[in-house]
Formats: sequence, structure tokens, C-alpha cells
Amino acid sequence: MHGLVPLQEEALGKSLQEKDMACISSDGKPTQSGTKMLHALKLALGAPEEIAQNTGLPLFKVRSGLREIAQAGLATETSGKYTITEKGVELIK
Amino acid sequence: MEELKEQVTSMPRIGEPAPTFEAITTHGVLKLEDFKGSWLILFSHPADFTPVCTTEFIAFAEIYPELRKRGVELLGLSVDSVSSHIAWVRNVEEKKETKIPFPVIADLSKEVSLAYGMIHPNQSKTETVRCVFIIDPNQIIRTILYYPLTTGRNMDEILRIIDALQTTDKNGVATPANWHPGDMVVVPPPKTQEGAEERLKEGYECTDWYLCKKKL
Repeated sequence: MHGLVPLQEEALGKSLQEKDMACISSDGKPTQSGTKMLHALKLALGAPEEIAQNTGLPLFKVRSGLREIAQAGLATETSGKYTITEKGVELIK
Repeated sequence: MEELKEQVTSMPRIGEPAPTFEAITTHGVLKLEDFKGSWLILFSHPADFTPVCTTEFIAFAEIYPELRKRGVELLGLSVDSVSSHIAWVRNVEEKKETKIPFPVIADLSKEVSLAYGMIHPNQSKTETVRCVFIIDPNQIIRTILYYPLTTGRNMDEILRIIDALQTTDKNGVATPANWHPGDMVVVPPPKTQEGAEERLKEGYECTDWYLCKKKL
């Protein structure tokens, strides 16, 4: 059992390093799907279901993507609806 | 070790809420709740860059359009890193000209595998067996399939189960052995003696009061 501990730590460490985002790349720029979502947000579409319909992206991807976009400060979330921030608007200019 | 053994033997069951998770995937960090409102097939494979798994991934990609028509999403899983998944998915695209359109969980911590009982130690202590969990839009487990490491899954059967579950939910009926869409369905048996007597007058195709079929 003791032999497993370093392997588990290594595995966990790798997991954390690999926690890259799908909608925002490591240089802070939105990916293709992130850009689509930001454009939909700019049209004042705020609910994930509306954005999925507008962008053609699967709903699960929109939900996780909007979470990332909000974490990056490109949108804010209130009661499940998202609003693009000035930083988000700047990024897709 | 006792703790690990206990986790491995904890198995989810049909009718129970699917265990929640937040996992690193090839499509970013996904939570089970991201799939709420859609059907979800969560499936595990033993390892990337292995022969049977490669044939299965191609087969899952081939039925993906049919699944999407039925409101079903696919989510793969194995105890490999996300870099390994990405390399394998790219390799499949390059060598077999098949794009893998669905996300794959990189479950290096085995957190999801253990929660879903995907590791069967007598098959492998480090790899998941070939599991299929069909989860409904309310995130309830509706079907569980387990295949050994050596046997690739049957995609026709997976599509058939989805059709059967959706037919049951829509029409309140059951489906008989070897049922396919368009075949007759089974009417739920009556629960009282009076109901049994009336059943035979209802115009269904009946073998007896407890086995009646109808066309949808």
C-alpha cells in the first residue's frame, strides 16, 4: 500500500497540471467555441439553452464553457443567466 | 487496502441517481450536471492505444449522429492522462479517418471509476472494464452493461436499449425480447382479477391475460 502513495500523488499532480480550459486557451484567448459563446452573449442571449441553440454547440459544452468564461472574468452569472463583461467584449473585437 | 476494497465494491444500481462528478476531459472540465436534460451514455474503456478499444471508439463515433438524433450524449472514460487521450484521438483520426466528437474523461485519480464500480480487480487492478451506464435526463441510472476486457461492445444493442427506454418512457409500455422499433410492445399486466378479465376484451394481441401486445 505504501508503494501506491507516490504514484497516486504523481497522478494527482498530473491531473492538476492538465486542468486546461476548453474555451479559453493558455494565452488567455478564447478558443473557437469560446468565441462563439462570447458572440452569443453579446447578442444578450444569457441562458445556456439559448446559447446552445444559437451556436449549435451541445448544451453540456455550453454549460461548462460558460463556467470557464465566467471564471476568466469575461462574463458574470446571476441565477443561471450570463452577461458578457467589458473584458469579454474587448476580447472579441 | 481495506478502504480501497470497499470503494471498489461499491456499485451503483439501476434506478439510483448517477454518482456526481467533476472531471478533466478532452473537452475541458465537465460535471455530470452539465448533461442534465439530455440522455447520457457514460462508458469506460481499459486503456488508450489498445486494439479492441480503438475499434470501439470508432464504432461509438459512427453511432454518435444516431445518438444525437435521440437526444443522447456520449462520454468516454479511462485511467489515462488527457494528453494520452488527445494523442490517441488524433491517432484514430489520422489512421482511421474517424473524428472522435465526444469528450473522454482522464480519470488518473480513479475517482469516477471507483464511484461507478468500473474497476473489477480480478480483471485488472489498474484498468476499467468495458462499462456502459445509460443515464436519463433526470440523471437516474437506467441501464448498466459490463463487458470483459476481451469483448468489444455491440453498438446496435446500445442503440436498441436507448430506443426501448425512450419508447417505455413515452408510452408507458415494456418491450419484449429482441424488440426493435416498429415491433409490437408489451402492455403492462393488469394488477387485479377484474382487470385481468377485462384485459382480454380490450382488443390487444394476447397470449393470455398477463401477456398482451399492441402496435404503437
